[in-house]
Amino acid sequence: MKKIRLAVQLLYTAITNGYIYGFLSGKIYRGKMKYACVPGLNCYSCPGAIASCPIGALQALLNQKGYQIPFGALGIFFLFGSLLGRFVCGWLCPFGLLQDLLYKLPLFRKRKRLPCHYILKYGKYAVLILLVCIGSLFLFRGFAKIPAFCKFLCPSGTFFGALPLLGTNKLLRSQAGGLFFWKFGILLGILLVSVKVFRPFCQYLCPLGAIYGWFNRFSLVQIHWEKEDCTYCMACKKACPVGLSPEEISVSPECIRCGECVHSCPRGCVHFTNSFSKSG
Amino acid sequence: MRFWKSCKAYGWILGLAAAFACMIIGSMQGQFLIIWQKAAMICLECIGIG
Repeated sequence: MKKIRLAVQLLYTAITNGYIYGFLSGKIYRGKMKYACVPGLNCYSCPGAIASCPIGALQALLNQKGYQIPFGALGIFFLFGSLLGRFVCGWLCPFGLLQDLLYKLPLFRKRKRLPCHYILKYGKYAVLILLVCIGSLFLFRGFAKIPAFCKFLCPSGTFFGALPLLGTNKLLRSQAGGLFFWKFGILLGILLVSVKVFRPFCQYLCPLGAIYGWFNRFSLVQIHWEKEDCTYCMACKKACPVGLSPEEISVSPECIRCGECVHSCPRGCVHFTNSFSKSG
Repeated sequence: MRFWKSCKAYGWILGLAAAFACMIIGSMQGQFLIIWQKAAMICLECIGIG
């Protein structure tokens, strides 16, 4: 399961960031595919990105003059959330892949969670409400609203967008100042913590994870636990990278559907399923 | 009880219906053009310059 997931993550990241000319020239893709969004957090200023970022899309709509309901972005969240839930985080997010790879490094004693996890896990909801929504609606620079999450926090934008662009584009590199170093510091901090703690950005800060987590209860892709056959050996809890018990796996907004529990259960009580067969 | 269970089981279909409704309204309001306009230019905020 681990190898299949890694292969899917790598393949997906390569396909959705496959505009090689962008990396070579320090420019970004400007074609019609950018009308659409990818499901995961994938900066649209990455030179290789062939589609838009859903959180960036939401902020772009909230940044418009006046106050309108961002139907386009909501539609994207409903589409991917209803079908996949946080399966997107586990299998399709490039920044999740980066954190997974760092967590595999044989350095430090690994931890699943940070201390005060039960408080910190609400951080992603705070980021969603304060930075993505309220920030994008009410923070101004001059007369223009600003995409507050992208500007002040998003480490995916720094890693996949800023670093390749500044590396290849002299003009942009000459303009990098305090804000870039602020964002670079955040990226560095998150990447360092990722070596010890499993996906700290996804668990505590990602607004997209906060949105998709809400869909986990009823998305099409589900993980089902057969209570009747379970011997409560807790192999699944030990294998779960976010430390969920079997009761929590199928409903928790924290579950990223990585499938470690499915692979670890000696009796096959935990398995991927869909909402149809679960109801039957 | 069975009603709520089936609501949960088929919630994703309601979600898909909401998705298509939102996307149709969004496209009628030109919101996907706004998304494209933002995504087709280098986002200076995203890369820590703007």
